[in-house]
Amino acid sequence: MKKTEFYAKHNSKILSVISKKKIGIIGAGGIGSNAAVSLARAGVGHLVIADFDIIQPSNLNRQYYFLDQIEKPKVFALEKNLKKINPFISYRMINSKINELNLAEFFFDVDLLIEAVDRADQKKMILESWIELYPNKPIVMASGIAGIGGNNMLHTRKIDNIYICGDEKTESDESNLPYAPKVVMVAAMQANLALEILLGAKNDR
Amino acid sequence: MIDKKYIYVNSNKIEWQKDFNITKILKVMNYTFKMIVVKVDGKLVKKEGYDTFFVDENSDVKVIHLISGG
Repeated sequence: MKKTEFYAKHNSKILSVISKKKIGIIGAGGIGSNAAVSLARAGVGHLVIADFDIIQPSNLNRQYYFLDQIEKPKVFALEKNLKKINPFISYRMINSKINELNLAEFFFDVDLLIEAVDRADQKKMILESWIELYPNKPIVMASGIAGIGGNNMLHTRKIDNIYICGDEKTESDESNLPYAPKVVMVAAMQANLALEILLGAKNDR
Repeated sequence: MIDKKYIYVNSNKIEWQKDFNITKILKVMNYTFKMIVVKVDGKLVKKEGYDTFFVDENSDVKVIHLISGG
């Protein structure tokens, strides 16, 4: 397959902008792996993706991995899967846990960050670090992705440089587990919004 | 007669009080969320500042509630 064949159904004006952009994704679970697939298909030029985890059988109900990848580090398995879809963009995979000390080291040059971690305390750490480091650079958060149904509860909210996607209600826990349809929807919302922001769309929300 | 003064918390207009620190605002708003990020007029206020950061009249307070799942 040639690059021109892959991009035959892409708007050349859009592609010329997003192919120069770099998006960071922290977390390669349900949200991160599915958002990465959408962004790779869309032709974002550079993806920087961090996760410290390995693939468990229970991840396959919603994360973009396959049976033969169980026990492999998520970031390396995801890189393989993404390259099978779009080999024409660059990938930087970081097999480490991100904290307030190393966040800038890996993500200083991204145009936009997608937060895709599981635990609320980690979301808070990432968001507070980002606000302090890059008060004007967009960060797209996921908040409220668990359960089944509630399509009409999903929304996007903007606060300065912060964008929140999800229902902001459904906490993921033992009594309310995450299921593929809603997780994939929120991941797609984040990816769609990321492209919109990078293309400089004017419709502020 | 003294004019009332206000602040905005997540776009809700709330009557300003002299001793309005973040802790008090969260209480007045009945926000009991476990994991939050607070911005006042675009600036981050961390947890250690919730008692000591006093909010001026007309301030725009944003409370972002983060919940697990990713």
